[in-house]
Amino acid sequence: MEFIIGKFNYWIYIVLMMIGFYAMIAKSNLVKKLVGMNIFQTAIILFFISIGSKKGATIPIIQEGATGDAVNQAVNVARYINPLPHVLMLTAIVVMVSTFGVAMALIIMIFRKYKTLEEDEILEIMRSEENK
Amino acid sequence: MRFFALIAVIITGALLIYATVDMPNWGDPNSPANIHVSPRYIEKTIEETATPNAVTSVVADYRGYDTLGETTVIFTSGIICILLLRRRK
Amino acid sequence: MIGRFDNVIIQTISRLLIPPIQLFALYVIAHGHYSPGGGFQGGCILGASFILMVIAYDIKEAKRMMSEKVNTIFSSLGVIIYSGIGVVCLILSANYLDYGILNKIMPVTIAEARALGIFGVEVGVGITVMAVMVSIFLNLASGGEHEEAEE
Repeated sequence: MEFIIGKFNYWIYIVLMMIGFYAMIAKSNLVKKLVGMNIFQTAIILFFISIGSKKGATIPIIQEGATGDAVNQAVNVARYINPLPHVLMLTAIVVMVSTFGVAMALIIMIFRKYKTLEEDEILEIMRSEENK
Repeated sequence: MRFFALIAVIITGALLIYATVDMPNWGDPNSPANIHVSPRYIEKTIEETATPNAVTSVVADYRGYDTLGETTVIFTSGIICILLLRRRK
Repeated sequence: MIGRFDNVIIQTISRLLIPPIQLFALYVIAHGHYSPGGGFQGGCILGASFILMVIAYDIKEAKRMMSEKVNTIFSSLGVIIYSGIGVVCLILSANYLDYGILNKIMPVTIAEARALGIFGVEVGVGITVMAVMVSIFLNLASGGEHEEAEE
């Protein structure tokens, strides 16, 4: 029971990752593949943030020394959660948005040329153009 | 085709769940991620940077070079969208 | 691709709400030191206010507010502010992006000089994120066709 309580957050995020992974490789519409990639990246971000939590701790905004009276008390580190995963995942969220924007631009260009968004029809048109 | 995709997904998921047996428990204050360098950031952020928000001081001061690279990444993606989609009339 | 669809309720509410949304976004950027917030979060909210303009009205109305030329100037202005602060620290004979040396030109202590450096950097990041959000949305929503295409 202690084992399940200690690890179930990792298992939930692995299930979410596998849903996104299945959408990326099994669907044949290009936009659905892109949505699967987005789900995958979101699950990875949540997985990473859940590593930095501590039991009974609050958000990392230091209260000792912020106001005038409690200046320079010793900071109890176990009261605040780890800020480092949040910092790294800020970069990851921005990279997620950038990849999504560039992928959408590429999908618009593919649609202009082939007039369809299904992967098997695009491969057929490409093969028939190559055989001419 | 979808059947093989399902097999691959299930095998990958099983391997990942098998790998989480060795990982630290949820909420453990003594895990390796929580005792490596972040206690130094939490203890010294007010006396070195006068900023109570530990996340802002780490992202803009202690790790400011990474944030410069990331701003360049988002600027590049904006330029790419303009270059790929604009058409000459 | 987004045509004009006049709906009185949405247009009235968005006309009332867009200035408070922008004010709140500037509040989030400025209070990055004392509460959750900072450059990326405030920049996204500021970009969302312009996207609300496109959804409620037309793309032409939003381009009247922020044209393409101003958008590209803003997106590079943020990166210039960020690296400019780093170069100023380099000129004053410290390491690149070492904000503690800024207390030679401003009458503050070393810790407060670092806090001011953090604030300047967050403003630059917020401007770039806002401009890129609006630019990506306008390019994807109109499919690249602009009426006044300055080539």
